Amino acid sequence: MNCRSEVLEVTVEARQVEEAMLALLHTILLHRSTGKFHYKKEGTYSIGTVGTQDIDCDFIDFTFVRVSSEELDRAIRKAVSEFKDALSSDGMGQISLEFYQKKKSRWPFSDECIPWEVWSIKVNMVNLANEQERQICREKVGEKLGEKVINVVEVINRHEYLPKMPTQSEVGNVFDTSLKDVQPYLYKITYQITDSLGTSVSTTMRRLIKDTLAL
Amino acid sequence: MDSDLSPQDKKDLDKFIKFFALKTVQVIVQARLGEKICTRSSSSPTGSDWFNLAIKDIPEVTHEAKKALAGQLPGIGRSMCVEISLKTSEGDSMELETWCLEMNEKCDKDIKVSYTVYNRLSVLLKSLLAITRVTPAYKLSRKQGHDYVILYRIYFGEVQLGGLGEGFQTVRVGVVGTPVGTVTLSCAYRTNLAFMSSRQFERSAPIMGIIVDHFVDAPGGNPRPINMGQPCNYRAPDDDDGGALGVQDSQEVCTTSFSTSPPSQLYASRLSYQPAPAGGATEFNTNQGLHAGKEVGMVLAPGADVHLTVENAPNTPSSSGDEEGLLQSGEGRSVSPSDPVESLNAFTRKVGAFVNKPSNQITGGLDLPFAAFAPRGLDSEENDPMVNPPDSPPSQSPLQASLHSQGSDCSGQQDDFVMVDFRPAFSKDDLLPMDLGTFYREFQNPPQLASLSLHTSSQSMADDLDSLPEKLRVYEKNIDEFDAFVDMLQ
Repeated sequence: MNCRSEVLEVTVEARQVEEAMLALLHTILLHRSTGKFHYKKEGTYSIGTVGTQDIDCDFIDFTFVRVSSEELDRAIRKAVSEFKDALSSDGMGQISLEFYQKKKSRWPFSDECIPWEVWSIKVNMVNLANEQERQICREKVGEKLGEKVINVVEVINRHEYLPKMPTQSEVGNVFDTSLKDVQPYLYKITYQITDSLGTSVSTTMRRLIKDTLAL
Repeated sequence: MDSDLSPQDKKDLDKFIKFFALKTVQVIVQARLGEKICTRSSSSPTGSDWFNLAIKDIPEVTHEAKKALAGQLPGIGRSMCVEISLKTSEGDSMELETWCLEMNEKCDKDIKVSYTVYNRLSVLLKSLLAITRVTPAYKLSRKQGHDYVILYRIYFGEVQLGGLGEGFQTVRVGVVGTPVGTVTLSCAYRTNLAFMSSRQFERSAPIMGIIVDHFVDAPGGNPRPINMGQPCNYRAPDDDDGGALGVQDSQEVCTTSFSTSPPSQLYASRLSYQPAPAGGATEFNTNQGLHAGKEVGMVLAPGADVHLTVENAPNTPSSSGDEEGLLQSGEGRSVSPSDPVESLNAFTRKVGAFVNKPSNQITGGLDLPFAAFAPRGLDSEENDPMVNPPDSPPSQSPLQASLHSQGSDCSGQQDDFVMVDFRPAFSKDDLLPMDLGTFYREFQNPPQLASLSLHTSSQSMADDLDSLPEKLRVYEKNIDEFDAFVDMLQ
């Protein structure tokens, strides 16, 4: 199947990068997480409950909703923080959240990871000279993030391809079952940095933040 | 056609839609209570959390919703609407947004009710959670308190958007197709809050224009009464939005002078007072004894610790030359009372938006108190596009008129100049204080790019072409240098 790809672009100040990324990534994951599955006999299952939490940003006039899961939040923060550290003060970068399915292959081939949805968030960093500009930036970025959230919601509510609900044996190929309280679709976060000269990608790093154990 | 739908499916679908409607109302109302919402995830299903989401049920809200639905379900032509409005402490009110849960005829026969529809409704609720934090009313609701409260009203039937004013925007939260129709959830929100600001202005005659913005600034401390007076037919249970309402002044909100700068600066004169370094912010009433230029010293003397600085008013950056003068004279240096005229000169140097050119005004300014700080909109700084937008906000004119009138009797004008400046720490920069409104106005009319002006571009193009062979020769000569440079980069 074709992988659905969406690109969002934001321009932020250095100290806003983390919160902006958290806001967008958590908004996406809110829609791409379910409660924990509990399989019963006869192939039926019940689903746990997902709680939500409002998070106010400190450097942006914005509030976003995320899933109430400390584990998930930690994982996302870790990835965002690495991304932020890699970004230079006025560079550009892109962080990608990819949802994938695992397809088991016969030995000796390792499992394939087939993406079905990729969200790329392009970040342009700016340096601001004074507090006045920063204040303006707070509000502008807040508005922009609001627009991005609306974009995300629009895409998700097209209800395009989603992996089929798996049987108990297959659940690890579709969902990340390692968390205690929620169950997002299998995802990975990667990022790329473009240095400020605009030359082609100078570093590409792949980090698998959460993955069910591959054989 | 329900013939394709099994009775069980039909029953399930009706139940889903009913509870979806109730949960939608809960999400919307809870998002407007003014506090952050937090619910816990639970890995073991409790069986009572509809759509696998932990959404609390506030009993009064459920009661109101059920009352409005009166046993019916949202259907074609029968929409469920939640109207959010703002009501001030004086009793004025204004509709802010209307959330509509509608059903249209487009059916999706093949969809599985118990599974796909349910999951999609769950996703739609999550989207609603996200979108309720994004519309302008969210910020207003977070700041509700003793100046205004946010109210809700649920009604069923035809959607009424007339109360939202002109130019309202609509955002669609999402749709879910079902065998009996497509469920649509959307929000129409007001964008035109300007009438509030003009009302506000009539009451208190601020010195500068009101900036209309959607988003509310951080609370300052300017207790101006609001006078909206818009007729609003609604009955809303006031108590339901009680919750934990923080005490906030929302003056800035209601005035819609949603300036980004600290609110006091909006209304403050161009004269602003730096807090004494020792203590906290020292608020200074410029009305105190500032009768004539000569008496400037008197203002300073009583507050010996107060350092008088004339700084740019937030919306009125001065030209750079003036800034330097100001910085020298300002910046925490106490102006000696013994030299009031010089002091006046010193701080008229740093001119804010509404200050006339100092060289012209110093002598004239001495006659009229605050004339030095008069709106400078009339003599706009043609050289500096940053300084003043071409259109002065209309609200300036009454004040300008009063200042430029020959009024030697200044006491009335002094009343207009009561300004209390709040200067929160780190709130603005000395160099270029500017709030969003000014920023926007200025950059609406940027100066023409030199390279775009026609007569020079053609010339330079020709020049460029002519000089190309020459340049190429030079570059070829230096080719080794360039190669070395490239190697260095790699």
